[in-house]
Amino acid sequence: MRIEQHPILQFDRGEKVTFTFNGQPVEGYTSETIAAALHAAGIRELGHSQQLHRPRGLFCAIGNCSSCFMTVDGEPNVRVCVTKLRDGMVVEEQEGKGVVHS
Amino acid sequence: MLIKDGIPTAEDLASVCPSEERLAKGPIAITECFQNIACNPCTKACPQHAISMEPDINALPKVDPDKCIGCRVCVAKCPGLAIFVVDMTYSEEKALVTIPYEFLPVPAKEQMVTGLNRSGEELGSFKVNRVTSGGKTNMTWMITLEVPKNLAMEVRNIRVGV
Amino acid sequence: MIREVEVMVIGGGPAGLCAAQAAASAGAHVLLCERDGVPGGQLVKQTHKFFGSERQYAGDRGIFIGQRLVQEVRENPNIELLTDATVLGMYEDGVVTVLKDDRHLKFRPKKTIVSTGAAEKFLSFPNNDLPGIYGAGAVQTLMNVGGVKPADRVVMVGAGNIGLIVSYQMLQAGVDVVSVVEAAPNIGGFLVHAAKLRRAGVPIRTGWTVKEAYGEGKLEGVILCQLDEKWQQIPGTELDVPCDTLCLAVGLTPLAELCWQAGCHMEFIRELSGHVPVTDENLMTSVEGIYAAGDVSGIEEASSAMVEGRLAGYAVAVSLGYDTENSQKEVDAARKELSELRSGPMGGKIRAGLAKVAEKRGEAVC
Repeated sequence: MRIEQHPILQFDRGEKVTFTFNGQPVEGYTSETIAAALHAAGIRELGHSQQLHRPRGLFCAIGNCSSCFMTVDGEPNVRVCVTKLRDGMVVEEQEGKGVVHS
Repeated sequence: MLIKDGIPTAEDLASVCPSEERLAKGPIAITECFQNIACNPCTKACPQHAISMEPDINALPKVDPDKCIGCRVCVAKCPGLAIFVVDMTYSEEKALVTIPYEFLPVPAKEQMVTGLNRSGEELGSFKVNRVTSGGKTNMTWMITLEVPKNLAMEVRNIRVGV
Repeated sequence: MIREVEVMVIGGGPAGLCAAQAAASAGAHVLLCERDGVPGGQLVKQTHKFFGSERQYAGDRGIFIGQRLVQEVRENPNIELLTDATVLGMYEDGVVTVLKDDRHLKFRPKKTIVSTGAAEKFLSFPNNDLPGIYGAGAVQTLMNVGGVKPADRVVMVGAGNIGLIVSYQMLQAGVDVVSVVEAAPNIGGFLVHAAKLRRAGVPIRTGWTVKEAYGEGKLEGVILCQLDEKWQQIPGTELDVPCDTLCLAVGLTPLAELCWQAGCHMEFIRELSGHVPVTDENLMTSVEGIYAAGDVSGIEEASSAMVEGRLAGYAVAVSLGYDTENSQKEVDAARKELSELRSGPMGGKIRAGLAKVAEKRGEAVC
């Protein structure tokens, strides 16, 4: 859910765009990070831990930790909390440590 | 106790409450600021130079009851939203209480709102007497309520709507 | 190719912006590197009014202070601002490497001011990795920068300033803040913040902690419990609180990796919340020409970070011979402001930490 009215802030959300999360279309805005758009869509589970496969979400939202690593447009280990949304982005949960394609 | 649960004690309040005589004379600011923190915008805000802080910005603010005219300018300026203005001379039964407010929706003049005490408990429904904006960048509203005189030292927040 | 730079400031938060502006206004040429697309650091989400005095813009909201500092920096012809530029390394030969637009840039600054800020700490309890358990600062970013309602029902852990302020800001965003819990016996943040929350109906429980979290795939609730005077959980005090979000505001720790890399003398100082570079009265580290300002050299309020930045910036200007008389005056003024900000009872912790830093500095010299 997005904040429609706020006593202090006004939000310039930019353009509405569509991206996919694990193949499912999700709407967001260009001013948002991928993590913010997913959160607004009610998606909190962004991946699973490598060994015990426990569900994981974001933690710091400013690019300090690695809790929100996902594969974006084929590139693994993208910090979705600091990566801005673009139209048509393909956002996927990554398997394990992710594979870098050369 | 304030440091345990955020609620000032009767003792805390007694230390900042103006005298009966002063309250009977007209509106006055009450600084519910009980902790020595480095902060002094209230002293700069007051057009009457009625708020002082000695020896430095870590001291508690002191309102000079003879200088303060209850103009309410300090209410929106205090970063801690800790200053209230009480006017016991409004009418026979009612006092005016001005509180800082930073939520939506902002009530309108004449609207009935729920008054809350320092613990957030409901004290009843009260009429809004005046609504003043703190300004474009200040963005704190000053809401003046008409309350029964016995609640003038109790009402410190409002809830609008549900 | 290695580009020579006069002054490099790493991190465009309150300390870095003030450092860049100070050094540049004295006449030095400054390259300011900010890893985010927008400078301002965490000021971009501080919707509350700042404390302090006029010199630290007291009474203004943090977001507006940030905008003002950024504008000054953008308008200063002596400052080159690189955004989306992450500093990766500081080497013994003085080279600083930066990742910008997928390119690896190399600089050799005469002077460097490290103002990289801090990171949120974590707390250990069963199921603390469930999605929905977030840093309080993360939630503040989601709602105040992203405009996303971060939660429906939230429990806040920590009644320091961040915990209290973010709880209040969540109320402003329409979130139901069920409770603030604080393990310590007393509220650690400003009591005016606590009073604001309390009169909005949010209970603050001191001497309480999170025993465990639960939920299938995401957070569904937490078990809170009371602590005794030895910080041990008291059996039988458990309270089951359903919530979709748990915020951790359990302190910050300096982001000092670059200082480690540069070989600065580092010490663990509890009162400063972690390993910090040992600095002198000009905020210079043990490595000649490398300075540290703001949270990276000890966790404090943003007001102090701004003044520290200004101090370091002018100190660098003095060392480079720019407008030395006036720059030295500014250094002295900043020192005076800092001691005023730190002189009250709330400054006890930082004073103790800085005293330890001074002690360590003495040891290193001997």
